[in-house]
Amino acid sequence: MKRWMSQGWKTLAAGWLVSLWCLAATAQAQNLTIEITRGSDQATPIAIVPFEFSGQGGLPQDVAQIVSDDLEHSGQFSPLSRSSLVSLPSSSEDVFYDDWKRVDARYLVVGKIEPQGDQYRIQYELMDVLGGKRMLGETLTSSSGDLRASAHYISDQIFEAITGIRGAFSTRIAYVSASGTGDNARYALYVADADGHNGQQVLSSDDPILSPAWSPDGQKIAYVSFESGNSAIYVQNASTGERVRLTSFRGINGAPAWSPDGRKLAMSLSKDGQPEIYVMNLATRQLTRLTTNPAIETEPDWSPDGQSLIFTSDRSGAPQLYRMSATGGQAERVTFTGNYNSDGRFAPDGKSLFMVTRDDSGYHVAKQDLDTGRVTVLTDSRWDESPSVAPNGTMVIFATQQGAQGVLGAVSSDGRASFRLPSAQGDVREPAWSPFLN
Amino acid sequence: MQMKTYAKTLAVALSLAVVAGCSSSGGTQEGDMNGTSGGTSGQGMTSGQGTSGSQMGANEQRPSVDTIYFAFDSEEIRPEFESVLRGHAQYLMANPNTNVTLQGYADERGTREYNLGLGERRAQAVEQYLTVQGVSPSQIQIVSYGEERPAVQGHTEEAYAKNRRVVFSY
Repeated sequence: MKRWMSQGWKTLAAGWLVSLWCLAATAQAQNLTIEITRGSDQATPIAIVPFEFSGQGGLPQDVAQIVSDDLEHSGQFSPLSRSSLVSLPSSSEDVFYDDWKRVDARYLVVGKIEPQGDQYRIQYELMDVLGGKRMLGETLTSSSGDLRASAHYISDQIFEAITGIRGAFSTRIAYVSASGTGDNARYALYVADADGHNGQQVLSSDDPILSPAWSPDGQKIAYVSFESGNSAIYVQNASTGERVRLTSFRGINGAPAWSPDGRKLAMSLSKDGQPEIYVMNLATRQLTRLTTNPAIETEPDWSPDGQSLIFTSDRSGAPQLYRMSATGGQAERVTFTGNYNSDGRFAPDGKSLFMVTRDDSGYHVAKQDLDTGRVTVLTDSRWDESPSVAPNGTMVIFATQQGAQGVLGAVSSDGRASFRLPSAQGDVREPAWSPFLN
Repeated sequence: MQMKTYAKTLAVALSLAVVAGCSSSGGTQEGDMNGTSGGTSGQGMTSGQGTSGSQMGANEQRPSVDTIYFAFDSEEIRPEFESVLRGHAQYLMANPNTNVTLQGYADERGTREYNLGLGERRAQAVEQYLTVQGVSPSQIQIVSYGEERPAVQGHTEEAYAKNRRVVFSY
């Protein structure tokens, strides 16, 4: 698939205006800091001992703390505070399981870091305290700049060893920042680590940017930009900044959504009068119109098997979600609870949808089971929108408001745990969770 | 349909009258050239200013109000704004080489992409009103910004009411 993608990309790039964007010239960094707003009462207690460092001075990153934060943010773990750790072992050989049973730690993580030339050698181990046995152990090398990434990798391994679900701590998020008003308005597209750190600006504009969407291989981001004076869909290489303008029809060019195989892009275009769902073959740039209805039809999303699409339509008089074959045909209404359901996103297993739903208390992120139709409202803030699902399906990131500021929020897919990622300045919104990148 | 044809004829007649008005009131060589070479809005108004051709001049005035507002979840033209729209229609018919971009907007409630659709519906409602009056569709472009670029920040009903709008951008 990767090989095909690269071919398709070249064809695409050759046929269209290619503009190069220089990362070094305009790179701007931004960190979003996670604030936990709700912890799960069913989180598993885990003890994460600070990793022993045998080198001179200190380390630029507290690896064990990053692992602890990752696991806590997932809502599935409640790490013991460092002050409640009964001892500070750095290897499984030094662990007395009874000590950890007494403080109710279900699992234990220990490790050590030593300098190795200009690199670091990190060794970590995971233990099942109740079972009294070592579950996992690994040694890796990391440069100073990669210590955070190494910590996220360790979190992924621990998460998967315990839950059986692949960890998504090494993934990334794209989001839009906005600051200033009127003629001073500035918009930027950022790519950051999933925990909000290492944000890098990949596009900036005087005009609105919205709806970023990652390609399934994690290499490219499609988005809508108004920089030409109207909405247009662009596809940008996330690392080189190279980009193409894919559509600039009259009317709305919006809501890009990649097919799971990366060969097609679904979108909403109003070139024929009102917004309709189209699918573009990225190799041939051929457009197929899938809907024909005088209503607004937008926000398409592909089922994980690529066989069907959901989209928002107000053909019933208010926005609701509909499902149709990816080749077109009859659309079947999916949502019936409440009078406003939009921006539906499939869970990675295809069994449920996440969406924006409106009730008396505002706009929230909700989950609908596709078999039973049962709807669970996951968030209780008033202005929640733009849900984007982590590739392992355990968390949903969304845009919300904190006071007058636009911030990102995340909620576990069972609604039990949530956190926010406010920006130090300006509004942040339109989050898009990347696929697995490793 | 017949109405439209009639309106178009009227528009052509009016625009011819305006061109004629410009040249006669301005009376200079320059004015004549401006009038015949296309008569964009600025030129027409300058050459006609402060002279006796005030009656035709009224049609050339671009209405000072360039924004109209809408009710929640509605693209219906409110009666109080019909005079504003008629003023823009007359201005556009009097200046057939002038184009306008109708910028459609929504308030922040609801999802951004859906709101692009709502903003476009409002701009299309204005476009339809103008073309029924006789404005050529070729003079009108539509850009929907949805809830982007709000006129007023904030989460109050007052802010929402000011953000649900169509702006005439010449």
